[in-house]
Amino acid sequence: MRHVISVLVENEFGVLSRISGLFSGRGFNIESLCVAETLDPDVSKMTIVTRGSDEIVEQITKQLRKLITVIKVTDFTGTDYIDRELILVKVKANDDTRSEVLSITDIFRAKVVDVSPTAYTIELTGDQNKISAILELFKPIGVVEIVSSGTIAIARSDKSAKK
Amino acid sequence: MKLTGAEIFVESLKKEGVDTVFGFPGGAVIHIYDKLFDSDINHYLARHEQAAVHAADGYARSSGKVGVALVTSGPGATNTVTGIATAYMDSIPIVVFTGQVPTALIGNDAFQEADIVGITRPCTKHNYLVKDVKDLPKIIKEAFHVAASGRPGPVLIDIPKDVLMASTEFNYPETYTMRSYKPTLEGHKGQIQKALKAIHKAKKPVIYAGGGVILSGASKELTKFAKKLNIPVTTTLMGLGGFPGTDPLFMGMLGMHGTYAANMATSHCDILIAIGSRFDDRVTGKISEFAPDATIIHIDIDPTSISKNVKVDIPIVGDVKHVLNKAFDIMKTEKPPKTDPYKEWREDVDKWENAHKLGYKHTKTKTKPQYVVERLFELTKGDAIITTEVGQNQMWAAQFYKYNHPRSFLTSGGLGTMGYGFPAAIGAQVAFPDKTVIDIAGDGSIQMNIQELATVKQYRLPVKIAILNNGFLGMVRQWQQLFFNKRYSSTCLEVQPDFVKLAEAYGVVGLRSESPADVDDVIKEALATKHPVVMDFVVDREENIYPMVPSGASLKEMLLV
Ligand SMILES: Cc1ncc(C[n+]2csc(CCOP(=O)(O)OP(=O)(O)O)c2C)c(N)n1
Repeated sequence: MRHVISVLVENEFGVLSRISGLFSGRGFNIESLCVAETLDPDVSKMTIVTRGSDEIVEQITKQLRKLITVIKVTDFTGTDYIDRELILVKVKANDDTRSEVLSITDIFRAKVVDVSPTAYTIELTGDQNKISAILELFKPIGVVEIVSSGTIAIARSDKSAKK
Repeated sequence: MKLTGAEIFVESLKKEGVDTVFGFPGGAVIHIYDKLFDSDINHYLARHEQAAVHAADGYARSSGKVGVALVTSGPGATNTVTGIATAYMDSIPIVVFTGQVPTALIGNDAFQEADIVGITRPCTKHNYLVKDVKDLPKIIKEAFHVAASGRPGPVLIDIPKDVLMASTEFNYPETYTMRSYKPTLEGHKGQIQKALKAIHKAKKPVIYAGGGVILSGASKELTKFAKKLNIPVTTTLMGLGGFPGTDPLFMGMLGMHGTYAANMATSHCDILIAIGSRFDDRVTGKISEFAPDATIIHIDIDPTSISKNVKVDIPIVGDVKHVLNKAFDIMKTEKPPKTDPYKEWREDVDKWENAHKLGYKHTKTKTKPQYVVERLFELTKGDAIITTEVGQNQMWAAQFYKYNHPRSFLTSGGLGTMGYGFPAAIGAQVAFPDKTVIDIAGDGSIQMNIQELATVKQYRLPVKIAILNNGFLGMVRQWQQLFFNKRYSSTCLEVQPDFVKLAEAYGVVGLRSESPADVDDVIKEALATKHPVVMDFVVDREENIYPMVPSGASLKEMLLV
């Protein structure tokens, strides 16, 4: 099962390798990982996406909490949260397909951010479903290259207000 | 006042109450050594950095204080890794200081550079690279706190040479502020109540206690708890001494080389009270058949230990001592039962105890290794600090010496490090100069840190080594005998030094026992001197350690003598 885990850490060197080492040392794969500073520049927030049985993920979150530089760990799975991913995708575009690419882009409220004689580069933000839906449509047209930011996630506000 | 990094090192250690350091010098830490030269801190020069760390570990295990080791960069640092991993697996509080190349050279493959922070990340509780001399006091303060608190463990501080030479105003922090590190000490009252209720309802309880009892300083509490409720106790290898070894409630150790009674009781109990133990695979055997009918209560300070290997019914996260004391408070409000509720159960345990006692066949011609350990127990009146190497020697030391006090049995349980026992004995002897400290050793393991004979000679440490000399890597040979058709591949130590002469070469007393009749004389002579002694006991070469639960079998499937 896919788990989206949010980790608040001290913003210092080596913290990323402590966290990733915890996964690799146990043979678990990280599907995606995003890190950035929070409002407090001494603290960073990571969003980690991983897959595994509930027991394995529970063990991972406990191990994460045990790290001295980790302040807080939240497994969003089964809670009410919002997650987003940003992708940039280069799609082949010629006279026959150009309009189709544009209309798909429109429907998904994506943006064309670069144009060349042979390709469009499209920017899209969304959750996993939306992203995979647009990619399904672009694939038959021809996807040249794709980069993704990985997932970031946040709890819905009524939840965090309770705390 | 402005101090250099090297001076700050010395002053900070003093602030932490450290008077003993085990180490080995080199270029990257030469400034520290210069300051140690005229400080009050006692520095013990080991002859290998691994031994320096094991000595710090033995010092910590025996005294309960934080052990300290100091080594140089590069090879000095990498030589500590086995020592650090050993301490990590057994949750021992030590702080290891490593020198590092100057900050400007880090990452350049400079002479004697090793990324020791990267290397030890998975085997330290935490580690630090000091990049600015201003941070040094705060980091040392934090390191000692982290090492000793919560579930203890090794912490490493890597200090570049230029940081040791730079100066800053020295103010040692009074406290630490760590928002991200707050171990839970107090157990949850509701959970403790629930656990007590379950215990009162049970008919066949077993207490399974581990090293956490010793680390938490809770031997008295454990003993009181078990006696109050009259519950039979087994301990892990790491828990030996946490409950009196000669107490009638004590069933002996459980697990792969546990006693018949302990393993049978664990397999048949209806409630298992795990106290500061972590369900290691050497303890549980086949996990699906471990305590299959039991409700499992688990008291542990480390949440990651709970439900890691075995599903726990009533978890209690907290320090063992705190939790047991809270349990006593609750028990005061309860009515004691009219009759002894577990009497029949203890009779069952007695039956198992009598069916298969730990034993061996004494002979007049060949010395049995178990006999040597038994005689060591008798002749020291059970009052020595025993360390062990790894292998059969370790298991015989666990089975045939009875440990009535915590911190009197020091062994590498988690990592199983051959070469641990002798340097650990050095650390224990430094902590307790007047106690008898004996390393029960195998002839294979002892050679892994034999160079420390120079250390005991130099510092007049009267450590005794009892080599159970079977001419084999005995434990591995035993597996080969039982499971590989006696194909003794690379386990026969065909060439061995003469241990008596070797001792003498270091200026240390060497004694040999060739037959059972010599054993007492050798032990008595060794115990009578104030000098270090190597006792070489020539023992029955193919004696095996029993009971034995074959790897992966259930605890009930013991091979008996
Ligand atoms: C550093 C290290 N290397 C290898 C092993 C594997 N090992 C476990 S027990 C053992 C045999 C130890 O032989 P010896 O010290 O002679 O003790 P005995 O079993 O004969 O008492 C070996 C090789 C180990 N535990 N540690």
